[in-house]
Amino acid sequence: MVAQGKIVWISGPAVKADGMADAKMYETVSVGDSKLIGEVIRLTGDVAFIQVYESTSGLKPGEPVVGTGDPLSVFLGPGIIGQIYDGIQRPLKDLAAKSGSFIGRGITTTPVDMTKEYHFNPTVAVGDEVEAGNIIGTVPESSLIEHKILVPPDHQGGKITKIVSEGDYNLDTEIATVEKDGQTSTLMMWHKWPVRQPRPYLKRYDPTVPLLTGQRVIDTFFPLAKGGTGSIPGAFGTGKTVTLHQIAKWADSQVVVYIGCGERGNEMTEVLVEFPELKDPRTGKPLMDRTVLVANTSNMPVAAREASIYTGVTIAEYYRDMGYDVVLVADSTSRWAEALREMSGRLEEMPAEEGYPSYLASRLAEFYERAGRVQARGSPERDGSVSLVGAVSPSGGDFTEPVTTHTMRFIKTFWALDASLAYSRHYPSINWMNSYSGYLADIAKWWSENISKDWLDIRSQTYGILQREDTLKEIVKLLGPEALPDEEKLILEVARMIKIGILQQNSFDDVDTYCSPEKQFKLMKLQVDFYNKGQQALKDGASLADIRSMNVISLLLKARMDVKDDEMPKLDKIETDMIEQFNSVTGVKVQN
Amino acid sequence: MSNQGGVQYSKIAEIKGPLVIVDGVDNAAFDELVEIETTEGERRLGKVLEVGNGKAVVQVFEGTTGLSVSGTNAKFVGKVMEMPVSEQVLGRVFDGLGRAKDGLPEPVADSFLDINGAPMNPEQREYPKDFIQTGVSVIDGMLTLVRGQKLPIFSGSGMSHNILAAQIARQAAIIGTDDSFAVVFAAIGVQYSEAEYFKRSLEESGALKRSVLFLNLADDPAIERIITPRVALTVAEYLAYDLGMHVLVILTDMTNYAEALREISAAREEVPGRKGYPGYLYTDLSTIYERAGRLKGKKGSVTQVPILTMPSDDITHPIPDLTGYITEGQLVLGRDLFRQGVYPPINILMSLSRIMKDGIGEGSTRADHQEISNQNYDAYSRAQEVRALAGIVGKAGLTPVDLNYMNFGDEFEKKFLTQAIDENRTIEETLGLQWNCVSKLPKNELTKVKDKYVDQYYKE
Repeated sequence: MVAQGKIVWISGPAVKADGMADAKMYETVSVGDSKLIGEVIRLTGDVAFIQVYESTSGLKPGEPVVGTGDPLSVFLGPGIIGQIYDGIQRPLKDLAAKSGSFIGRGITTTPVDMTKEYHFNPTVAVGDEVEAGNIIGTVPESSLIEHKILVPPDHQGGKITKIVSEGDYNLDTEIATVEKDGQTSTLMMWHKWPVRQPRPYLKRYDPTVPLLTGQRVIDTFFPLAKGGTGSIPGAFGTGKTVTLHQIAKWADSQVVVYIGCGERGNEMTEVLVEFPELKDPRTGKPLMDRTVLVANTSNMPVAAREASIYTGVTIAEYYRDMGYDVVLVADSTSRWAEALREMSGRLEEMPAEEGYPSYLASRLAEFYERAGRVQARGSPERDGSVSLVGAVSPSGGDFTEPVTTHTMRFIKTFWALDASLAYSRHYPSINWMNSYSGYLADIAKWWSENISKDWLDIRSQTYGILQREDTLKEIVKLLGPEALPDEEKLILEVARMIKIGILQQNSFDDVDTYCSPEKQFKLMKLQVDFYNKGQQALKDGASLADIRSMNVISLLLKARMDVKDDEMPKLDKIETDMIEQFNSVTGVKVQN
Repeated sequence: MSNQGGVQYSKIAEIKGPLVIVDGVDNAAFDELVEIETTEGERRLGKVLEVGNGKAVVQVFEGTTGLSVSGTNAKFVGKVMEMPVSEQVLGRVFDGLGRAKDGLPEPVADSFLDINGAPMNPEQREYPKDFIQTGVSVIDGMLTLVRGQKLPIFSGSGMSHNILAAQIARQAAIIGTDDSFAVVFAAIGVQYSEAEYFKRSLEESGALKRSVLFLNLADDPAIERIITPRVALTVAEYLAYDLGMHVLVILTDMTNYAEALREISAAREEVPGRKGYPGYLYTDLSTIYERAGRLKGKKGSVTQVPILTMPSDDITHPIPDLTGYITEGQLVLGRDLFRQGVYPPINILMSLSRIMKDGIGEGSTRADHQEISNQNYDAYSRAQEVRALAGIVGKAGLTPVDLNYMNFGDEFEKKFLTQAIDENRTIEETLGLQWNCVSKLPKNELTKVKDKYVDQYYKE
């Protein structure tokens, strides 16, 4: 039975309808004469509380509400990569074709073009036994992604009784039939999955592989692991979005899902303009060929903003199940929390802190728990991961507000953006004293095996210099820098060099925007060498003024922009220059 | 519900602050326009905030003063609120609800547009990248305004935000084009003198005939302020996307708008967010600010410069805070600079233009623009640190390099930042001044600019 009721009450995105005894929780419904899309979020007797994903302007009590029988689901199949969707997986291109430059209402579309043909290549044959999660064929989806066609996770499996041969098929084609216990079912190149239900996997691994982003302060100081969770809170103007864009551009994952959740329209446009032109540093292919965008900007309906997070993470899990590493970037989870708050207010629920509902924490936990590096179900055996990075926009830049505090409980890497750093144009404005990463110990092995066995040691020395500087700064504030002895002045000097030469990174500079792990390590090593040689030189009687006037300093500071990733010998040259210059300030004759 | 000549009227059951609750409603739509008629025959406008179970909650724009429960009727108009638009609106003055206020007849409408607009499809947006020369050095040089951007001025009571906004409106130009432009000015609860200053300023520069003014003054009904920015933006969108004009919209003061919104929220007994403002303040503000932009295949653009006064100069107050999260940067006026008599008193360290990078550089301004701007930011930030230090240890405790930064700071504030309210500097002049400033520093301090630019522009 499909529920058929009538609207009795409307207030913004919240609608009550009666005669809905047959409706199920989280079922999608069609609301009113203009067939707006809504979702049942509470049932009281035969009255259903519905959040409507489109503007309810002009809707009247008495108009019909019709159930669909299905929970809010996403379409999972070839054609998703490169798309830009709204919060409920409607392609924005199709919406534009139907309603022009501004988004109209009551428009239905399919998430992908069902008539487009894809080249299907079967990997199973008639007679093979399959089970949920098995790969039955592949389809080239973009220049970077080979789409694996999966037996849906809720399928009972069975014996393949028919499968199409290699060739071009559209998405309406039945590509295989499966028989089990005398029952026959058909498989398509796609299936649907309810967004609020995490997709199953076989087992979970520890996150031991770093997710490299090419951003020095992230990779070197506060790393994220594949399958890990990270959060980036910051007041406005601290560079959240630029940092998230950098992660989406350069992260060494195969698929990126970028959710613009209640943020600026022009930022999504920027991604749309920029990504097709940018090349993936590892493959040289356009970045758009691995990216899916979900855009529900701040002025689009608030309920669809709530759904956009789930739409995005379900798509991410789907590509994980194919065996890919996926990064999901959500900008901003605070706007999602505000959407929850708004609906909760309209439902007249008892608020917890700052008007947010009491279930805010559990919803955040559920979301971040969908991250992980896993072994997917079915054969062939394969591993994939979903890494989640969520921006938080704390009101007034106050990290003690509910969304930030609750998020901190469920994530392991915390990149604290600092307004005062941003004001002095230190970008990315990630504060190195307040940020942390819970993955450092797990991924140190990777760095030691792949880059240098000294990595952890050099990193600790570098971080140590920054920590010493942080303490000394207090003294300088009271007494001025001249009050310090020379070896402490050198700490200030090297800390300044580390800030300019390593921590700062210009995302708009062609070279500096991405930094290879090798270059990250070498830059850091040079600074540590400089520090150690400097302290030795002071002991050997060199003056601080002489050290400060060495021209190698300026080379060290500009190396991040002057030396390309494939020009590492230039850094070796800086190293030789540094040794020579130290020798000359201490009066030691140049050896070898 | 009574029926008079085919039009249905409903009785009012309750009046509460700016809201009236109408009884016996069986055919009203959410967001519908409502006409309230008093016993004296006076008509007021309102809209439906909530409807169901035979009742409608109606927000009355002109306020509920003088309304009584008996004898007052509500008529549901059958459509949402619309603004009549045509080219004839140029040069006209309207009230806060979009009705002619200059004694002339209402302009003939080409079409009627829903004042709420509709969200722009992000896929259909054209990314803003045309540099607007405002002639104000600090904006052009370091906080560049771009066509289709929304760049608010965060000010405080009594500071020179109106003078600055008027100067931008007079001087804004795109170099090398003569596209038609227009100014839409919405006064939201500001004093008569401020609105008059703005009008006179447009008049003197000859821009008034290309301007549209919407005036809700301090003594006009507060609830009307919810509508004023929306009618103004509806006209702006029409001029931009139907007539192909480049429209600069000035909204002042958004703090008054947010307060009107809070008043309605309180009357509805909603659960408040911070400082009593409704939890949906962010979403609501975004439906105003996000109406700036450019569209694919359309010639015009809507650029917004909203002005808001920060209560107690507090940038973390919900109004500037949520605004900053939506707009593409902010121009923050500094009380210290203002007290020193600096005009424009823009605190560059707290200010930002997010899409500056795409509007400047080779082909639009000059190749070194971004880097020299970064260097000035860096140096000014360092200069402020040195000044603070000098306050404690005295100038004697400073290193020679520190003293260079002190000199830089003075040069920057006196020569570059400061300019006259009628001074219109070209971008070349502005960039030259920026190089003058950093030339107060030794060459090896210039870590943000490429050597080739230092060789070309540094003044020994």
